[in-house]
Amino acid sequence: MTDMTPPPGLNSPIGKPIRRREDERFLTGVGQYTDDVVLPHQTFAVFLRSPHAHARIKSIDLTKAKAAPGVVRIFVGADLAEAKVGGLPCGWLIHSKDGSPMKEPPHPVLAQGKVRHVGDQVALVVAESITEAKDACELIEVNYEELPAVIDITKAQGHAGSVHDDVTDNVCYDWGHGSKDAVDAAFATAAHVTTLDLVNNRLIPNAMEPRAANASYTKHDQSYTLYVANQNPHVERLLMCAFVLGLPESKVRVIAPDVGGGFGSKIFLYAEETALVWASKFVGRPIKWTADRSEAFLTDAHGRDHVTKAELAMDAKGNFLALRVKTIANMGAYLSTFASSVPTILYATLLAGQYKTPAIYAEVKAVFTNTAPVDAYRGAGRPEATYVVERIVEQAAREMKMDPAAIRRQNFITEFPYATPVGLTYDTGDFEAPLAKAIAMADVAGFPARKAAAAARGKMRGLGYSCYIEACGLAPSNIAGALGARAGLFEAGEVRVHPTGTVTVFTGSHSHGQGHETTFAQVVAAKLGIPVENVEIVHGDTGRVPFGMGTYGSRSLSVGGTAIVKAVDKIIAKGKKIAAHLLEAADTDIEFENGEFTVKGTDKKVPWGSVTLTAYVPHNYPLDKLEPGLNENAFYDPTNFTYPSGSYVCEVEVDPDTGVVKIEQFVAVDDFGNIINPMIVEGQVQGGIAQGLGQAMMEGCSYDNESGQLLTGTYMDYAMPRASDIPNITISNVVTPCTHNPLGVKGCGEAGAIGSPPAYINALTDALGVVDIAMPATAERVWRAANHIA
Amino acid sequence: MSVPISLTVNGRAVNASVDPRTLLVQLIRENLQMTGTHVGCDTAQCGACTVHMNGRAVKSCSMLAAQANGAQITTIEGLSQNGAMHPMQEAFRECHGLQCGFCTPGMVMSAVQLLADNPKATEAEIREGLDGNICRCTGYQNIVKSIQFCQSGAKASMAA
Repeated sequence: MTDMTPPPGLNSPIGKPIRRREDERFLTGVGQYTDDVVLPHQTFAVFLRSPHAHARIKSIDLTKAKAAPGVVRIFVGADLAEAKVGGLPCGWLIHSKDGSPMKEPPHPVLAQGKVRHVGDQVALVVAESITEAKDACELIEVNYEELPAVIDITKAQGHAGSVHDDVTDNVCYDWGHGSKDAVDAAFATAAHVTTLDLVNNRLIPNAMEPRAANASYTKHDQSYTLYVANQNPHVERLLMCAFVLGLPESKVRVIAPDVGGGFGSKIFLYAEETALVWASKFVGRPIKWTADRSEAFLTDAHGRDHVTKAELAMDAKGNFLALRVKTIANMGAYLSTFASSVPTILYATLLAGQYKTPAIYAEVKAVFTNTAPVDAYRGAGRPEATYVVERIVEQAAREMKMDPAAIRRQNFITEFPYATPVGLTYDTGDFEAPLAKAIAMADVAGFPARKAAAAARGKMRGLGYSCYIEACGLAPSNIAGALGARAGLFEAGEVRVHPTGTVTVFTGSHSHGQGHETTFAQVVAAKLGIPVENVEIVHGDTGRVPFGMGTYGSRSLSVGGTAIVKAVDKIIAKGKKIAAHLLEAADTDIEFENGEFTVKGTDKKVPWGSVTLTAYVPHNYPLDKLEPGLNENAFYDPTNFTYPSGSYVCEVEVDPDTGVVKIEQFVAVDDFGNIINPMIVEGQVQGGIAQGLGQAMMEGCSYDNESGQLLTGTYMDYAMPRASDIPNITISNVVTPCTHNPLGVKGCGEAGAIGSPPAYINALTDALGVVDIAMPATAERVWRAANHIA
Repeated sequence: MSVPISLTVNGRAVNASVDPRTLLVQLIRENLQMTGTHVGCDTAQCGACTVHMNGRAVKSCSMLAAQANGAQITTIEGLSQNGAMHPMQEAFRECHGLQCGFCTPGMVMSAVQLLADNPKATEAEIREGLDGNICRCTGYQNIVKSIQFCQSGAKASMAA
């Protein structure tokens, strides 16, 4: 274990690398993922999907398909239109610079009139078996009239083709943020301007569990049950019920059981589970669907896909005066649930980075294209922002002939709280300590000698930095609402104490790899002074958990954990009143520590178990003043985002003969505030960095510009990082506790994916002596750059 | 049209009559209702479906159930013995070698075979040996540590 363990002290589980209780079921093959669920009288669903990127549907002939063996029902867009089913909603309203609201073209559950990307769903086939459903699907005859495909995002506006008939210029919104005039004025006085054109390459999330759903309708109480691989079951239910199907939430139960990875791609309300829920009433039997991997490639929301021009104005000494950013962002063919917020609110507000830059202005034009919808993917806007800031700062250092660490130090924010010119107030932080630690751990001082030794062997070495900060712990609801969110972003927790003293916690957070069943139990056990094994964490079921906004945006511990802490505080407060009665003392004289209630200044005490039993067997109990039972709820709306930050140093060695790059070392020093379980945090950093390196080194989603066909549609074409691609990461941390939640935590789930791509590309461009290299920096691209071949 | 097959799965005899198109992973998951073996892709690359067949790690998505006629199959469910986890399973828990758990059964089955074939595998050999198993969560570092922990014969702390 690296040095993230706490100093020895109390017998508290906080800060201990407690092994996960989730692991036993996963390791022995008895996890329950959505595809594992098979219900009585199960039917099986397959979606017919468009082979064209852009086409009008002239006709659909279901005759042969309906007659195929085993077919139960077939549904098309016209069926949902006739039933007045709504379209899939977007949860964040962005306004353009001219004040007009973003364009929100319809997002039908099954295509109506047109298909707008390869894979767009056209029909739902329900049959007795999956093979019969697939066979029947092939018998559906669709007459398409192909239309020109809009693919290149730099050519979307002004393209002859329009993805949506009522958005002829393909522009969803044209948004601005910051102070244009201050930026222009600063540029006018600048001694030096660094300019960089950057592409943040499109990615496909590829959680290892493909999306899946199983929907059923129960006649006896007219209710629906949906099993779905999803990160936020209450949000899923709210969106589906209120905006699409017009059903009361009380009649729909959404269960997200074990989920095999999300990374954002399982946040959104998708067509498939919506169609299944709607259809389940007519079919009268449960309907099960699981995506093929090919289907996942085509239809999971993709990530990133920005083209940016960035300019950094400096004075003669390298002080940053202003940053100007102009970005085109791809929305894909339809607005996915949070798509509009990712390249705006979650992006431009981070363009200060760790620096005191006084003036910043960002313009973001979001365009529709005939590609899969684009939405949040691990980091959601913050990797894009960090890539811009940390690449231009490194380039500025090179142009100003300054050490890249020195130029950063000179511009670091050093006093907190700090209100950035792009709308966020960093509550606390220490940018110097992680940088100093990373430099020492990476032995940057020894780099010149290593570089020279490599050169003697015919190899090229480079070193790169990334000093990132991000905003997570989403989010204060009033701020989010003011910025266009159509939802609240609080979290909910219910703590149910059982008569025998064990505890069940119902959390609105969702674990799909993060280990909440273990870490949340650590938090509760620590507060109550009871063994960790006596705390059970329940998540993922709207039938058991009162409410929740789910897990994404590194919010579970800081927001979900705080809701639980507040509920536990209510439990302790009530417990003190019960104890006071048992101990014949005043409520205010009772203290609670290490599982015991004591009368202040005496040795009179009563243990936790006695109080919990008394609550449910209230014989010796102040019934005139206090209800029996010990069960409390809390909702927590954070007062600010949280701001994890850190310094990464990457060292690479390039073989110019082959273009192969070896990562010689990758050092990560993060500040996540207080650490509950260092083992879990380390795992999140390792996994996040692997995804960031995947983006930088090998992953790239590619559509053919003419036909709009997805060229990278399988694992044969889309390079996923494998065990021999990712090095061991050297991890450490620094702690500046978050000032505005009781745990002092900041969240850690996305930081690795946010901070790592610029560290790698900065190292690689340093090795190659070039200004930029496109991500993914494949061996071919590296070889060309190393040998000056265009 | 059905094909009769007989095989042994986790030590128990199985007789089934299946559509000839049935993949081995479908036999395991659907006919035998053992859902620990997972399907993660459709091009035989992710390894989530890895099982042992006659002493070799194989991708059960890439063979027909009929091809397993007469074979001895071990799935993740068959790795623990008498209620106790296999040392590789314990090592993965000890070293945090899993997060979402979806790649884990295939990863563990591959890891067990890797060490059976090459007990002194170096880190580079372990990493190369895992190239047929994709993990999206862990970044592989703790998976490698887990395998090395198992290799060392150290006792898991069961720290809980």
